Amino acid sequence: MRRAVPELGVPVLLVVLTALIAGGISQTQQLEFENALVMVAIVVALYVFVGNSGVISFGHVSFVAVGAYLAGILTVDPGTKHFTMPSLFPVLLHSHIGTPLSLLLGAAAGGVYAFAVGLPLMRLSGLPAGIATFAVLGITYNVLYYWQKVGPTAQTLSDIPESGRWTLAVGTVIAVVVAYLYQRSRFGRLLRATREDPAAARASGISVYRQRLVGFTLSGALAGLAGGLYVHQLGIITPTLFYLDLTFVTLAMLVFGGVGSLWGAVLGALVISALNSFLGDAENTVHVGFRLTLPTGTRLVTIGAVMALVIILRPSGLTGGREFGLRWRR
Amino acid sequence: MNWGQAIADALSLGALYGLVAVGIGLVFGVMRLVNFAYGELITAGAYVLAYTSGWPAPLAIAACFAAVIALALAQERIAFRPLRRQGASPAAMLVATFAVSYLLQAIYLLAFGTRGEIVGTLGQLNSAFTVDGVDIRWILLVTTVTGALLLLATALLLNRTGIGLHIRAAAHDFRTARILGVRANRVIGLSFVVAGVLAAAVSVLYTVSNPLVTPTMGVPITIFALVGVVVGGLDRLWSAALGGFAVGCVYGLFGDVLSSQQSVYLPSVVYGAVIVVLLLRPAGLFAPFRARQVERV
Repeated sequence: MRRAVPELGVPVLLVVLTALIAGGISQTQQLEFENALVMVAIVVALYVFVGNSGVISFGHVSFVAVGAYLAGILTVDPGTKHFTMPSLFPVLLHSHIGTPLSLLLGAAAGGVYAFAVGLPLMRLSGLPAGIATFAVLGITYNVLYYWQKVGPTAQTLSDIPESGRWTLAVGTVIAVVVAYLYQRSRFGRLLRATREDPAAARASGISVYRQRLVGFTLSGALAGLAGGLYVHQLGIITPTLFYLDLTFVTLAMLVFGGVGSLWGAVLGALVISALNSFLGDAENTVHVGFRLTLPTGTRLVTIGAVMALVIILRPSGLTGGREFGLRWRR
Repeated sequence: MNWGQAIADALSLGALYGLVAVGIGLVFGVMRLVNFAYGELITAGAYVLAYTSGWPAPLAIAACFAAVIALALAQERIAFRPLRRQGASPAAMLVATFAVSYLLQAIYLLAFGTRGEIVGTLGQLNSAFTVDGVDIRWILLVTTVTGALLLLATALLLNRTGIGLHIRAAAHDFRTARILGVRANRVIGLSFVVAGVLAAAVSVLYTVSNPLVTPTMGVPITIFALVGVVVGGLDRLWSAALGGFAVGCVYGLFGDVLSSQQSVYLPSVVYGAVIVVLLLRPAGLFAPFRARQVERV
């Protein structure tokens, strides 16, 4: 219990602080802070599986995409949908629900999809697992891009009601809390045991496959939730948003912060987001004691260089894979 | 529909991806590192060719090789050697190569812009000759022959020379090889040089058919080759090469056979097949049977 206060409290506090700051600043910066909240949710979802199981997944953005598209399409006014996406499945075409329910359904869809995918795929580990989950991402992207029954294909999905920062913050806090409860639960500990030594875990009677499947499904549900938050934050999406760039950036945020801890996931997402938005502003001149104007394109180079440097110089990430503690051990 | 044409296209695309697969597989064999930034070597070579289009072809190609080999060595020296020293986890290594790939793309974007450049070197190889009603472009022939020769040369280097023996020893068991006196940095450096030579060759051959060079052109090449490598079997060079060749062939073949209406879902079909192969044979399609169930390191 005494450990739980800083371990869970500090990440939650950071999320709430981000939402608070987002209230007192300009419109564009507010969008960036809200985006940072969503990134925290996605990276935490990714952490639940990758961090606890030690198996890398390139497929989580597909669960984000499914959650985002479902939550987005269901909250668009049916009148608009008849006009912009007439060939949708009837259920998707006629339904119209509120934002909270759409987030819940997004999470459910992400969880179901992850379970279905995990059922065969969780037998794999190492590089084959990475490539197979990547194949899932490729299929999801391909289908969302061309199948008119599930979405507006390559066109943008727009007119989605946008949520305020507190909805996003609550959703993100839920993701953090669920992730924490899971990692402290029996299931979380069993999955961590399989990460440390699969052979020993198996010898102790743990089904590696089953524990990975549980983690993968939960992680997929959180990714679906994060996708719902994402779509309500942006108000407008295209399939390209949910492909290589997002996959890479979220994985890099996780490794940057420290793949082994929830605290690392939250910190990595916030630090990279902050750096990203600062450099984006600096390309249009920013005042930091003096006027700073960076040439266009330096943002990407700097972000890439910082992520590469931290990963190369400190492969265990900023937090070294430890949870937040009040005392510094060792 | 012309089957001869489709097979000719498929063979040359297969040879190209076979080369990329060997480049990736070679480095993986020695370092246990999947270099996701491999495609950016190819992109670098293509940019060099684009900016030297006015030069005589041999000079431009030499410049391309020099630049790509230098970049391959720089990747190893600056990024992957420090990681190896710290004994980073495979996941961190993989994400690090992602980061390097992202960084290089950002640099290309900053330096050369989004619009893309056109490569003119060796453009004359696009002209065709006709055999039995099949139009064969010279480049198809050149690609297939060069690919086969380079694969043969790599195999000879690995199997018939002293340093090749060292590379194979390191690929088999890196720690023991070091104890027995194999110089780690030399072996790894050399495998990056060979990988760089293969990447440069791919830049030259690829840009003849696809002359537009953009900052992200290397990404799909890496992805398809990597899929091929894993499907074929990472642990052996020839199975990796065969996997890359197979994926290239399948793509070339279906790209010609299917109409554009059907071919939009081609990636899904290929990825689906990849998943099935990985589930049935996680060690790869061409790997030997009776793989060990549990591996302790």
